[in-house]
Amino acid sequence: MRNMFRGGGRQMQGYVNKPKHTKATFARILSYLKPFKVKLIIVTLFIIITAGANIAGTYMLEPIVDNALQVVNPSCDTYAYFAKMLMLMSVIYIIGSICNYIYQLLMLNISNGILRNIRFELFKNMERLPIEYFDKRTHGEIMSTYVNDVGSMRELVARALPSFIQSGCMIVGFFIAMIALNWMLLIICIVQTVANILTIKFIGTKSRVNYKKQQKALAMVNSQIEEIMEGQKVVKVFNHEARAREQFEVVNNQLRECGTKANVYATVLMPIMGNLAHIFYAIIVTLGVLMLYNATNGLFYMGPLYVSISIGGLVTFLEFSRRFSMPITNLSQQFNSIFHALAGAERVFTLLDEKAEVDDGSVTLVNADYVGDSLVESDTRTGIWAWRIREKDNSIKYVKVEGDVVIENVTFAYEKDKTVLDNISLYAFKGQKIALVGSTGAGKTTITNLLTRFYDISQGTITVDGIDIKDIAKSDLRRSLAMVLQDTHLFTGTVMENIRYGRLSATDEQCINAAKLANADFFISHLPLGYNTMLTADGDNLSQGQRQLLNIARAAVADPPILILDEATSSIDTRTEKLIEKGTDKLMQGRTVFLIAHRLSTVRNADAILVMEQGKNIERGNHQSLLAQRGKYYELYTEKAELD
Amino acid sequence: MNTKSQIGRLLSCLKGYRLSTVLCPLFLVGEVVLEIIIPYQMSQMVNLISTLEGNIITADIIWQIVRMGLMMIMYSVISLTCGAVSAYFASKAGVGFATNIRREIFDKVQSFSFANIDAFSTSSLITRCTTDIVNVQNSFIQILRTCTRSPLMFILAVIMSFKVGANVAWIFLLVIPILLVIGVVVLKKAFPLFQRMLGSYDELNSSVQENLIGIRVVKSFVREDYEYDKFNVKASNVMDLSIKAERVMIILMPAMQFLMYVCRVGIVGIGGTAVMGGTLLIGSMTAMLTFAIQILNSLLMLTMVSVVYITSKASIGRICEVLDTANDMPDGDIDTPIQDGSVVFENVSFAYNGDNSNPVLTDINLTINGGETVGIIGGTGEGKSSLVQLIPRLYEVSSGSVKVGGIDVRNYTMHNLRESVAMVLQKNVLFSGTIMDNLRWGNPNATFEQIQDACERAQADSFIRSFPDGYNTVLGQGGVNVSGGQKQRICIARALLKNPRILILDDSTSAVDMNTDRKIREAFMNTLPNTTKIIIAQRIASVMNADKIIVLDEGKVVSVGTHEQLLATNHIYQEVYYSQTQEVAV
Repeated sequence: MRNMFRGGGRQMQGYVNKPKHTKATFARILSYLKPFKVKLIIVTLFIIITAGANIAGTYMLEPIVDNALQVVNPSCDTYAYFAKMLMLMSVIYIIGSICNYIYQLLMLNISNGILRNIRFELFKNMERLPIEYFDKRTHGEIMSTYVNDVGSMRELVARALPSFIQSGCMIVGFFIAMIALNWMLLIICIVQTVANILTIKFIGTKSRVNYKKQQKALAMVNSQIEEIMEGQKVVKVFNHEARAREQFEVVNNQLRECGTKANVYATVLMPIMGNLAHIFYAIIVTLGVLMLYNATNGLFYMGPLYVSISIGGLVTFLEFSRRFSMPITNLSQQFNSIFHALAGAERVFTLLDEKAEVDDGSVTLVNADYVGDSLVESDTRTGIWAWRIREKDNSIKYVKVEGDVVIENVTFAYEKDKTVLDNISLYAFKGQKIALVGSTGAGKTTITNLLTRFYDISQGTITVDGIDIKDIAKSDLRRSLAMVLQDTHLFTGTVMENIRYGRLSATDEQCINAAKLANADFFISHLPLGYNTMLTADGDNLSQGQRQLLNIARAAVADPPILILDEATSSIDTRTEKLIEKGTDKLMQGRTVFLIAHRLSTVRNADAILVMEQGKNIERGNHQSLLAQRGKYYELYTEKAELD
Repeated sequence: MNTKSQIGRLLSCLKGYRLSTVLCPLFLVGEVVLEIIIPYQMSQMVNLISTLEGNIITADIIWQIVRMGLMMIMYSVISLTCGAVSAYFASKAGVGFATNIRREIFDKVQSFSFANIDAFSTSSLITRCTTDIVNVQNSFIQILRTCTRSPLMFILAVIMSFKVGANVAWIFLLVIPILLVIGVVVLKKAFPLFQRMLGSYDELNSSVQENLIGIRVVKSFVREDYEYDKFNVKASNVMDLSIKAERVMIILMPAMQFLMYVCRVGIVGIGGTAVMGGTLLIGSMTAMLTFAIQILNSLLMLTMVSVVYITSKASIGRICEVLDTANDMPDGDIDTPIQDGSVVFENVSFAYNGDNSNPVLTDINLTINGGETVGIIGGTGEGKSSLVQLIPRLYEVSSGSVKVGGIDVRNYTMHNLRESVAMVLQKNVLFSGTIMDNLRWGNPNATFEQIQDACERAQADSFIRSFPDGYNTVLGQGGVNVSGGQKQRICIARALLKNPRILILDDSTSAVDMNTDRKIREAFMNTLPNTTKIIIAQRIASVMNADKIIVLDEGKVVSVGTHEQLLATNHIYQEVYYSQTQEVAV
């Protein structure tokens, strides 16, 4: 399951790794740290203590060695001093370990909290985005923000930042300690640092370049795998296996070449860095020992080498120099992950900054009841609905919801200059069934997109019960209609929960009644757990037809005045279609229905049929009159024209 | 199948990279040995100086020190070389390993039967071939290096520490078991917690996925807040479980550091006492500090690598599942090209996945002569596609036999049989590439004339020519830039290029208009007189003129006859016919 989000190569290609607005993004990430300010200060403090304890503990070697171990004839005092120092060392180390644990514990809570806050925000914002946003992007793209980008932000907050602080502290601490011990040897350490940085830079660059090449090759291999696997049955029918293999072999080998290179550069860094440190260690040992020799003899002059060191100093210095390169390597690697995370954060913020759907309608949908002849608002569900309109003089007017829809002279384009609907007009009144017919791309579904205000029209007007839908609050407009789409989307949960999705306040009984109305009750009661059967998102445990019946039940429980059936039976075989039609027939009674259909058999008894072609309404009438016209509908019906 | 034998199975994919797999640890041995010798050398140098008696100054001693230093530098350089070379071999072996596995899976899937493919879903096959292999590659490289390096480093460092200072080294024997116990306990405790955490994370992601797919439903029912609340619960759950799991894990690092400190204090304390007592040299004590780091680090690395192993185990399992699936259709051996396109079904019954309680076809007996045109009519789900898929042996009969040219299809080689049978599948696929590339699937050596001729017969030539790039028009993956009817006609042309003995169209002209449909059928009649043509259709008009029409209902042959005969006798046929023609007459 998890793997489906990581996805194939095609998604990865778009994955750019460079942040564009480093500073701004960084500042914004910091803003997420704000609620945890106090904790973070404590964490920083504890990190400093942890690093300090590490360094101080090591530094104690010098006095211990020089003042105790190297004393030729140790006295009781020497032993007492030695014991005291050991105690001190233990105390320092214990404090260091405790601080280490506490800061990690705190960091754990902080980073997970931040992560949860970001996820909350992301999801909340996503749910408010206009449909257009989702139509223009693949699900993989958006998912990748949740999975990869939030993940890399997590790396930043949970690991990179603390390790950055810690490494920084360590470097500073090492530096101070080493300068106190011997400046000469420190110079060598600095040379080592420079050598390290240069190596990292050189190999790092090579590694990045090759990694990119590898990702590209991987993307190619993956897309070929996807294509061949998806078309595997055709491959077999055409005996194409050997040729597919040949082609695959080429890209697979390409990937091997690029992959080997990329991996060599990635794995070679550690041994090189480690052994580079050994080389410098060897130099320091040799020089140090010479200095030591110099100090004990005091006779031998060697120019600038006339710097002495005590044996304790040398031992301590060696301890430091062994570990000096570690935080530097660490830091350089953190840089990479920080940039990676910033790029991820940027994508997260882009999603957060997407503008939510504008909703400036003020007309709302309310339950209503008649008192005498006049309509008044009611707190309980009455089965009667009213539009609540606030007039200019602030008085409230109620208009009964009938579901009369008038579309007048509507022109619409998703993209400029690509008109999808061209001056369309149509009327549908309560209890009427209006069918929209035409080939793919004729603009049928667009009409439903406009009715629900998933998209807003550029020209013309759409009114419901005489009210311009622009004046109706989007959520209330949508509550007044229900859609049954070709793609049957169910949610993880029980059958009952899925039906109740139509109206959250519906009782079990109402849900079951809705299922009965939709002809779904029969199959549900034959499920192992009946209405309590768990469904998964893609609902593998149900057939396409059964899923559609649940969708209809869901619409039935919502009980809206307007119903839109958008290709509800297109992907279902003819026998099941009959069953579904029975379900929808009952549901349609007394409502305004828009019926978008592919199979003409389903629209025969509509009150009006609109034939659409290239965004225009070219014919209008009922089944009989349209056939008599011998126009497009007749051609479609007699299958003389292609409908796809 | 257990993990052990699965890994053994996978390791056979190392072919061609065995040498690298062996060389990598060999060079690593060199690196590790030198890494242990370097601190030892240091201790020797420091000891040398610290034990010098009096003020004897000799160039000799200086020379000795310099020589030892140079040796040490040389060790480092050799160690660096060994390390780098080993890293190279590790990468070469790891990537080569992955390449071989990928090839083997790909090949395996190519050898799969339709039933095998159905058993795995396409998307799960893709995952196994992509993400899982990358996982295995990365863990292979890590494990190859760490599993050589860490144990060796551990053993050598322990040995050396006893050699250098046996009176101090026993402290390691105290600390190591503690670290091991902590490591095992932490992993044991953390693993199930991580499983739960990952489970909750999956749930979170699928909830997002669900919302993306069903966004229109969410919005049209105005359920944004409802979904948000649901998401909140899940995201908080992820947080709680992550904290729970990681809280166990984070003990590891401070504990490790603490034990390291214990070692240091112990070495300085016990070692220092020994130094003062004159039984240990100061340089040796310093070396012990280094060995302590090496010992504890190698244990830590081993713990880490066991985590890597655990996470890649699932991938290994999934990959092996594919590799171990046997093709359930043994190949036949008749390789002589099929001349006679007759098809006979003898008492054929068929069920998917051997599920005989749910038969799709029962007791089918049919004889189709070579060169005949046969139509098959029946509702969806009545077994029409299943019936024709038995002819090129895409699926195996459950009982009875299907004969082509008088010989049971099981006796032909798969390749030979499918060369002679062309089938246009209902769910057809075009591949990325040009139209020409796609057509060449039918016959890789076809000349342009042959291709054009096939397209003319499939009524595809004229629209292909109308594209600005004609036959060189590039199709997106899945043939996205042609309409449904055009796609079907390209698929038919592709099948025609095979010049088959038997041509099967499985509802392949559903999106083609009636006129074109008729022209295609006429072309078949005129240009393929000797080819057996089997046409499944929803429209009566598509099969009306066939030599015989087979009516299928509930997996059984209800009736066979010509249009006129069936129209007179078979009520299912009548029903279908009238439902399609009745109202046109208005």
